[in-house]
Amino acid sequence: MGLKSNLHNLKEKYKGTKMAPAFNAIHTFLYLPNETTHNGTHIKAADDLKRTMNIVIMALVPCLLFGMFNAGYQHNLAFGTGSAVTGGFLSPEFWTLDNFLIGAWKILPLVVVSYGVGLAVEFVFAIIKKHEVEEGYLVTGMLVPLIVPVDIPLWMLAVAVIFGVVIGKEVFGGTGMNILNPALTIRAFLFFAYPTWMSGDKVWVEGAVKQDQLIAAGENLDAISGETILGSLAQGKEAGYDVMDMFFGFIPGSVGETSTLLILLGGLFLIFAKIGSWRIMLSSVIGALVMGLIFNGVVSSGWITEGSKFYTLMNTEFWHHLLIGGFAFGTVYMATDPVTASQTNKGKWIYGFLIGFISILIRVFNPAYPEGVMLAILLMNVFAPTIDHYVVQGNVKQRMKRLKAKTA
Amino acid sequence: MGLLSKKDAKLITDPLADNNPITIQVLGICSALAITAELKASLVMAISVLFVLGIGNVVISLMRNIIPSKIRIIVQLIVVAALVIIVDLVLKAFAYELSKTLSVFVGLIITNCIIMGRFEAFALGNGPWKSFLDGIGNAVGYGVILIIVGFFRELLGSGTLFGIPVLGDPIAKTGFYAIGYENNGFMIMPPMALIVVGIIIWVQRTRNKALIED
Repeated sequence: MGLKSNLHNLKEKYKGTKMAPAFNAIHTFLYLPNETTHNGTHIKAADDLKRTMNIVIMALVPCLLFGMFNAGYQHNLAFGTGSAVTGGFLSPEFWTLDNFLIGAWKILPLVVVSYGVGLAVEFVFAIIKKHEVEEGYLVTGMLVPLIVPVDIPLWMLAVAVIFGVVIGKEVFGGTGMNILNPALTIRAFLFFAYPTWMSGDKVWVEGAVKQDQLIAAGENLDAISGETILGSLAQGKEAGYDVMDMFFGFIPGSVGETSTLLILLGGLFLIFAKIGSWRIMLSSVIGALVMGLIFNGVVSSGWITEGSKFYTLMNTEFWHHLLIGGFAFGTVYMATDPVTASQTNKGKWIYGFLIGFISILIRVFNPAYPEGVMLAILLMNVFAPTIDHYVVQGNVKQRMKRLKAKTA
Repeated sequence: MGLLSKKDAKLITDPLADNNPITIQVLGICSALAITAELKASLVMAISVLFVLGIGNVVISLMRNIIPSKIRIIVQLIVVAALVIIVDLVLKAFAYELSKTLSVFVGLIITNCIIMGRFEAFALGNGPWKSFLDGIGNAVGYGVILIIVGFFRELLGSGTLFGIPVLGDPIAKTGFYAIGYENNGFMIMPPMALIVVGIIIWVQRTRNKALIED
């Protein structure tokens, strides 16, 4: 009882003072507080905000662990100290302790910085605005390390997290009031502020940037190239990974986005837990497939020549788009964010479809940055309220018509 | 303030803070976003507007009783246009590089809402001395925000101030860059200027709650 009663005493001691929310937050996060609601008609279901967040985090943990193994695997593969996978998902070359340790050594600091800085900002705002600390950052803090390159400098991540939480969320009024998904705001900030650390063929493999600097300093080493599949395709090169590698996730990319298999399982888990919206996920996949088919159609009807710089990406088989880049991760974990997505069921179909559609559109046509899911989701976040408005208005109109027909 | 009466002094000090043209009246935003990536450009823009608005207000105020109200906008435009052309020619003669950076935005001072706004709201109804003070006050209030925004955008975006490197050399990796610091490319883009102006508005209204509109 030591820590709990101490925390409780601290809470009592600072009750009514400025610092109270900070102590309350630590106390309620670690323990069940002494004062709980015993009855009340407002309790509709057992899942409160904290449990919702915990379920999403549980769905993310496999991606995080896989990301650690993959970071080490990509490192060893690029530096010639490991061998390529041979078997299926459970290849022994991949699941080695060495891979895990290398990855964990790089990725745990990302997680710590993301949570440390983000929660610090939340605590400061809770104290200034005199409300309790909200749980909103728990998921964002887990998403952020999963959508950045493994080699990103920690201070950049810290700056971006401060920006994302303050400008993306707190200025709008905190958890539940934000227009844009905070994790994607953080990533967008990083992408526009430090593009050299968010794209290119170095940042995706642990140690490749350092190797580059050593070469620049005159050492006789081989440059490491860890281009993502989309990066290669955008330059008109074939990436040379087979489909199963892409599906299992043995490819370079942001920390948690590579394994489509685990994301799929996480998505199913979210759907069964009734946290993530299956409408958004499904319609987003449909949108991506439609856009992919259109591009394939453009290629097969010969409207663009092989010399065009869009040719390779357009010629990518339409369903491969689901396996490469951050599309699967964004669709499952970020497009479904209940705060920033459309609220109406019809709206969710439109919202998801357009995310998938625009993702692939940007992916193919943006030469500087061959990935579109981040920008597509942010764009649709902005339009979600508009979509909802027209869905609701449409419904109102229909019912008015019905009423008129009845009374006439 | 022996030189100015209390009322006159207020004409200058009000637009600096509690009635700032950019942060309170939200006028002149376009130029504040477009040219503040460099401190030098911000300063020159601020001085140009100071010149145009100070003199323009006096001219309009002197003519206020003889301008037929139906064509007053056209008259105002002619006055601003004449002054802006003077500024433009001076810049081209003495600071050609800078005038290229500012490009169309010097010409666009003509359409800067602050200037027409002050003509309409103040110079048409007040004497030349008061109009002069009002023009100076508003132009300085505009310039101060421009310079604050320009300072942060150039410092964080390019690591320089007035073109002089202050954080070290990003290519040779000296100063801050030696320990891994990098310029924030987002700061140079116009959206970030909007966010910086937003933060200034936020800070100002937190300090003075009376400014918060519902």
